[in-house]
Amino acid sequence: MTLPALLASAEIPPFQGVHAATSAPELSWSGLLLLLPLASMVLCALMAMSRTRTKLPAIVTSVSFLGMFVTVLGLAFRVGDTPVVVHLFEWINFGWTAATPGPERAGEELWRSITANVGFYVDSLTIFWMLFVTGLGTLIAVYASEYMEQDRGVSYSRFFFGMSLFLLSMSALVMADNLVLLYLGWEGVGLASYLLIGYYYKKPAAVAAAKKAFIMNRIGDAGLALGIFLTWVNYGTVEYAPLFAALSDPPSGSGSWIPAAIPFCLMLGAFGKSAQGPLFTWLPDAMEGPTPVSALIHAATMVTAGVYLIARTFPLFAAHPDSLEVVAWIGGGTAFLAATIALAQHDIKRVFAYSTLSQLGYMFLGLGAVSTFGAAYHVFTHAFFKAALFLTAGAVMHGFAGQLDLRKLSGLRHLPGWKIVSWAMFVGCLWLSAFPFTSANFSKDAILEAAFIMDTPSYRFLGWLGLFTAALTAYYSFRVWFRVCCGPVSYSPGEEDHGSDDHHGHDHGSPGGAVRDHAHEPATSAHHGDGHGGGFHPHAPRLAMNLPIILIALGAVLSGIPAYQKLAGGENWAQQMVLHSSAYQGSAMPLAHGDAAVEHVAHPTVLGMNPHLAMMVIGGVAGVLGIAIAWWFHLANRQAAANLRSSLLASPATRWLPILLERKWFVDEIYHAIFGVPAWIASHLLHWFDRHVIDGLLVNGVGRIPPFLGRVFQPLYSGRLQGYAVTMSISVGVILLWALWAWIVGEAPR
Amino acid sequence: MTAPALASAPELAASLPALPSAVGVVLLVSAILMAIGLIGFLVRRNMILMFLSTELMFQAAALAFVAFGRMHLDLSGQVFVIFILTVAAAEAALALALVVLLYRRRETLSADAWAELHE
Repeated sequence: MTLPALLASAEIPPFQGVHAATSAPELSWSGLLLLLPLASMVLCALMAMSRTRTKLPAIVTSVSFLGMFVTVLGLAFRVGDTPVVVHLFEWINFGWTAATPGPERAGEELWRSITANVGFYVDSLTIFWMLFVTGLGTLIAVYASEYMEQDRGVSYSRFFFGMSLFLLSMSALVMADNLVLLYLGWEGVGLASYLLIGYYYKKPAAVAAAKKAFIMNRIGDAGLALGIFLTWVNYGTVEYAPLFAALSDPPSGSGSWIPAAIPFCLMLGAFGKSAQGPLFTWLPDAMEGPTPVSALIHAATMVTAGVYLIARTFPLFAAHPDSLEVVAWIGGGTAFLAATIALAQHDIKRVFAYSTLSQLGYMFLGLGAVSTFGAAYHVFTHAFFKAALFLTAGAVMHGFAGQLDLRKLSGLRHLPGWKIVSWAMFVGCLWLSAFPFTSANFSKDAILEAAFIMDTPSYRFLGWLGLFTAALTAYYSFRVWFRVCCGPVSYSPGEEDHGSDDHHGHDHGSPGGAVRDHAHEPATSAHHGDGHGGGFHPHAPRLAMNLPIILIALGAVLSGIPAYQKLAGGENWAQQMVLHSSAYQGSAMPLAHGDAAVEHVAHPTVLGMNPHLAMMVIGGVAGVLGIAIAWWFHLANRQAAANLRSSLLASPATRWLPILLERKWFVDEIYHAIFGVPAWIASHLLHWFDRHVIDGLLVNGVGRIPPFLGRVFQPLYSGRLQGYAVTMSISVGVILLWALWAWIVGEAPR
Repeated sequence: MTAPALASAPELAASLPALPSAVGVVLLVSAILMAIGLIGFLVRRNMILMFLSTELMFQAAALAFVAFGRMHLDLSGQVFVIFILTVAAAEAALALALVVLLYRRRETLSADAWAELHE
């Protein structure tokens, strides 16, 4: 059943429009969400100038993030079902008269205006998003205080400056009451992402990755900007409240292309920021940044901004359901593609990066299948388990001198001091593989069942693709865990000096360490810092890293509460939060009304079961199957994986498979061939043209005319008076002859 | 013979058949003078002679003024000649003084002595 048909079917009450927003000046204290990160940004800059070597920047940043979290909690208790607009201060606000377009109303003047203030549009979707953004931001800032400790000094302040800038921009993006402020935040998170990916700016790979991320994002941002322009052109406003009010009226039936183009433009922006479809290649490279950045920005929060954008402007999309099908296809395709690439990567962070891509693909599939709840809930659960995975990967990297190759690490579970990391990673992997009764299982199933409920061949295909991808996900995530945390203990250190004992020996002796809490160090890490004769000693994470890891893993477990409430017959508060927002319209679908609606709407079935049950069963089986295969190849019989690879490579019929996966489907190479090589050729041609035509012919050519003329006429200037006289007489003679000729010609016709 | 009726200048000029040939003769003399002066200026190296040649060309121009003034029955041509003579006198004094100064520098009147002044 297609979306228009579903929306039209009698069982579903027609969309009543987003609740009209009310103004709430008494909530202006929520401006703290911008002020706190701004303050910590300024303080970090000042601390960078004073070259402090303490952990003060981390403390300031963590406290301000915690303050933001408390502010959001406060807002959560004050804001009910009705969205609230909190006006903070004026930003862009002006109007003008313009000539009316079209001949029928020629001569009339039209009052146009654009209003984009710094204000917050607070509804449950906003709060839902800000809760995990600020909560995870706080925990990851605490984690980073230890992770980044060997950089203490200007770089340390610079890092936390970037984190503060990120949270400032992210809260502007999420809280904004208009699309222009959202765009400001959107660019701000892009800038923070660029600065933090390129944090190790002396490393060419990091600089290249930062540039790549920035440039790829520009493509998407151009789409977003166009979308905002078109929104203003079509609806005359960029503020959410009037925009949603305009959209809840039935469409006026004008056949303009503009409203149909808006969702596609906004979609391009979302794909750029969330690394979907053709714009995905920047995200895996972004892992060059420090791991807390990967965890916060490139896994949990920033990359979900695209999902937020679509959920927030969902009425615009729902007005043109074709766009949602495109979103679904791009999302489902990316989910599958990224999962297959993740199968064959050896770098732990890269596996997780591709899994992020894959999970983001699920979220877009959910949006496309008109399950904004599924998408938003998956963002929520994913934020926790993926942050946990990255933080544990960071702990491994920190402890093993940058070692991230899963072939060179084994049995971490049995090392002293690594239990927390191992089990947090286990939780992360279990949740990532959507094991039955984990929160990710519920959120992913909500997405997949929505795809099956749509019940068109294309959505059904996407649903099956998503289920297959779920099995792949389970396999590659447990491949990491079985390799790194299980089996016999063996490890070799990485080559980077990041986190090496040399640095630490120095740092431990430095007086600046006063801020750090030595008393809380686990005894197992006591050996590092003193002389380290021959062997490499991994140093286990201490409290500042372990505590956030534990809390985030706990958060991943607890993120299932809404779903458990639902199972227990209660209300799913996450679902209620998403549905009581502008994302409601999409969920005017059966999901919004639970099982009752599903039963009334012409029962789409999957293998004879209703979609809920089918997803539980098939999804669960897929997850367990994936884990079992991973167990066989990567724990029980590790040689089998290598054997399988070499036998695949040996046969010409199958050798493309491992090569294609290990080389990431050659996407980077294809882009290089399609865009890089022509650009290289064109730039060299243009360089040649510039050098020889513009510079050579035009600039220097014009410059050569005077000397040339000089050389031609120079003999005339012999200095001999008679010579000059001859020249003059000949010239006069020529002029006379010309006058004579003109006189004859002019006279002739008479 | 009664006096001819007053006529405008162009009509009067058109009614005088003898004039074009007379003006033509004067202009011819003027052209010959100009040619002699020019050739003299070009072929002689002596600065005094060259100066005299320019004076000759001056007079050719003055003669042409007179001729055209006569042709148009306009006295401006002759008035111009008076001015030309005056200016020519002043200029002659100046030019001869320059020639004297140049001669003192190089002990020669040849214009070629000053050829290196180019560029």
